[in-house]
Amino acid sequence: MSTIDIKPENKPEGLEGAGFFATSLEKVVGLARANSLWPLPFATSCCGIEFMATMASHYDLSRFGSERLSFSPRQADLLMVMGTISKKLAPVLRQVYEQMAEPKWVLSMGACASSGGIFDTYSVLQGIDRVIPVDVYIPGCPPRPEQVLDGILKIQELSKSEGLRMRNSPEYKAKLALYGIE
Amino acid sequence: MVSNEMTLQLKEKVENLINAKFPNALISTSLEYDFPVFELDKSQFLEVMTFLKNDSQANFGFLTTLCGLHFPENGDKEFGMMYQLHNLNSNERIRIKVFMPKEDMKINSLTQLWPTANWMERQEYDFFGFKFIGHPNLVRILNMDEMNYFPMRKEYPLEDGSRDDKNDKMFGR
Amino acid sequence: MNKQEEFNQTSNSEKVYNIINLGPTHPATHGIFQNILKMDGEIIMEAEPTVGYIHRAFEKLAEHRPYNQVTPITDRLNYCSSPINNMGWHMTVEKLIGCEVPKRAQYMRVIIMELSRISDHVICTTIIGQDTGATTGFLYFFQMREKIYEIFEEICGARLTTNIGRIGGMERDFNETVWKKLDIFLKEFPEFLSEFQRLIERNRIFMDRTIDCGPISAEKALAYGFTGPNLRAAGVDYDVRVAMPYSSYEDFEFKIPIGQNGDTYDRFMVRIEEMWESISIIKQAIEKMPEGPIHADVPEFYLPDKEDVYSKMEALIYHFKIVMGETDVPKGEVYHSVEGGNGELGFYLVSDGGRTPFRLHFRRPCFIYYQAYPEMIVNGLLSDAILTLSSLNVIAGELDA
Repeated sequence: MSTIDIKPENKPEGLEGAGFFATSLEKVVGLARANSLWPLPFATSCCGIEFMATMASHYDLSRFGSERLSFSPRQADLLMVMGTISKKLAPVLRQVYEQMAEPKWVLSMGACASSGGIFDTYSVLQGIDRVIPVDVYIPGCPPRPEQVLDGILKIQELSKSEGLRMRNSPEYKAKLALYGIE
Repeated sequence: MVSNEMTLQLKEKVENLINAKFPNALISTSLEYDFPVFELDKSQFLEVMTFLKNDSQANFGFLTTLCGLHFPENGDKEFGMMYQLHNLNSNERIRIKVFMPKEDMKINSLTQLWPTANWMERQEYDFFGFKFIGHPNLVRILNMDEMNYFPMRKEYPLEDGSRDDKNDKMFGR
Repeated sequence: MNKQEEFNQTSNSEKVYNIINLGPTHPATHGIFQNILKMDGEIIMEAEPTVGYIHRAFEKLAEHRPYNQVTPITDRLNYCSSPINNMGWHMTVEKLIGCEVPKRAQYMRVIIMELSRISDHVICTTIIGQDTGATTGFLYFFQMREKIYEIFEEICGARLTTNIGRIGGMERDFNETVWKKLDIFLKEFPEFLSEFQRLIERNRIFMDRTIDCGPISAEKALAYGFTGPNLRAAGVDYDVRVAMPYSSYEDFEFKIPIGQNGDTYDRFMVRIEEMWESISIIKQAIEKMPEGPIHADVPEFYLPDKEDVYSKMEALIYHFKIVMGETDVPKGEVYHSVEGGNGELGFYLVSDGGRTPFRLHFRRPCFIYYQAYPEMIVNGLLSDAILTLSSLNVIAGELDA
């Protein structure tokens, strides 16, 4: 009979003894958040196809605790913007972001979403950070699925370390105010 | 492969057909690679197109594509529309062109002949500002409704004005 | 009597219509499509699509780029089958400059184009499966797309936006790994395909969902400018590969599968059959693959070998001219079309003798046939509308240019 070697998630710092483990609530919540991100795929173009490849069996995003795609912004934690956002679509994107509940993270996948990419044209928004704040940018046109996985891991690190009070801090509110978001 | 002779024959055939029915409609004809090209007079445009579609000898029943053209230095022929028709039975393709000055960018819509012309014409309105007479819903299709110019015209820039990081220092222009 | 009339007869109360906004970011639409639907219960009364949400100004962009730099733009038209777009563009320019591509390069192009047709159809068919509730098909069959990606990656270095081939031929010959991977693919793919077919094709649920769902007649389809698998599903055997053969397609034996009713089931089946034909074309091309050069002798357009650039004056000049986009092309206007994944993909190019296209118009099949969508879904159920959309395989990038 073979034994499966289960490697537990790195434990946060804390006090440990027989039958108990004590640490700060912040760290436990961070751990829980990081490993159950519900992404909302906002896929518009080519990057969406690469995202499909990331979701499918070969690269299998669900290995990293992002199995459950949430198509409703209300229940999503992570907004994944994939592909070109035109000026016509920008208000829609912003509305989707505003509908999401805190805490929320934004991942900008691909050159188009991050900076407009090769489409420096009259109709394309030159980077989604002109309308919403972004946490992680993934370069590439389109990025490989490995890069997408890496981006999601970066988001997980962020959510693990950000703490419980960050979203109430004046700095965070000031940042949102820059984008005119309440 | 469509040989040159076949294209030439097709050109003569269609030329004769149009000339027999509409003696003043053809302005010029030419051969461009594997396509015979016919430049039509704008006033008889819709009649000729109807004829080309419905006539049993011409029988160009399929509208492949249409697009606008802008030649800023062409004087009275500044703007043009290009149409490509396809006879699926005999596998023959022709190109029709109509030119017009900037002041009078009106042309008959083909929506009553081919429903597919609907969006294509809306797109060319969006890009160049052609006014299609008889179009059921001539509004912008790809760009935002708030846009106040026709971006595909040659005088408008490609680039978005909001970028401030693309300066000469970084791109050596 | 259609469903609506039936409903009218049975209900006496006053009608209340609902307006539903389907999209632009609806999970079931696989892309940015917005439809404002007027609903009578579950039945669609009116539909009004809004397009242009990812309009990227391809045509304007192409006017500002040298000919070889337009290829990356064509990648992003129909991103499910970028190599076909690349090849179509190369062939358009080759037609303009009057360049005959060697047979070997043409056959290599055929292999690549048929591979990408398969990858396009894999997406469409699995998505139809997904929308009828058969997620297994998607997860299982999508592996094959990865295999095709791997072959593309070996040929050109990229997975999705390939920028494959060059004006005048191919950038490099297939290496050993490509041939090996092709062999494995040709052995594995038929097994996967027939298993996928067995899973879905005669499945009672699938058939009930798709037969008579979103049908369009041949006359209507032609009037709306349908081409490609969607037109063939309606029963018209128009295929650019046969009507206007390009890249030596006349050398190969293949059938054009057609449907009868133009409904979702027929569109699905036509695509499945086309994959079988593509496999057979690839096999023939490998078998008949001639030896010889992989590019035509057009030094003004085809990048010279790196060794020559360092040792020969002429090669250095041409290299510089191509890289800096300073090659003039002859005056003229040319139209070339290829059979893309979704239909006749045409390039209308006007050159004024300069270094960039004066005007480049793409005949984008998705844009043209998507306008028939409201007519196809009216009087049907909302769930059928979703299925119709995915079976039409409308690609947002191609739709909005």
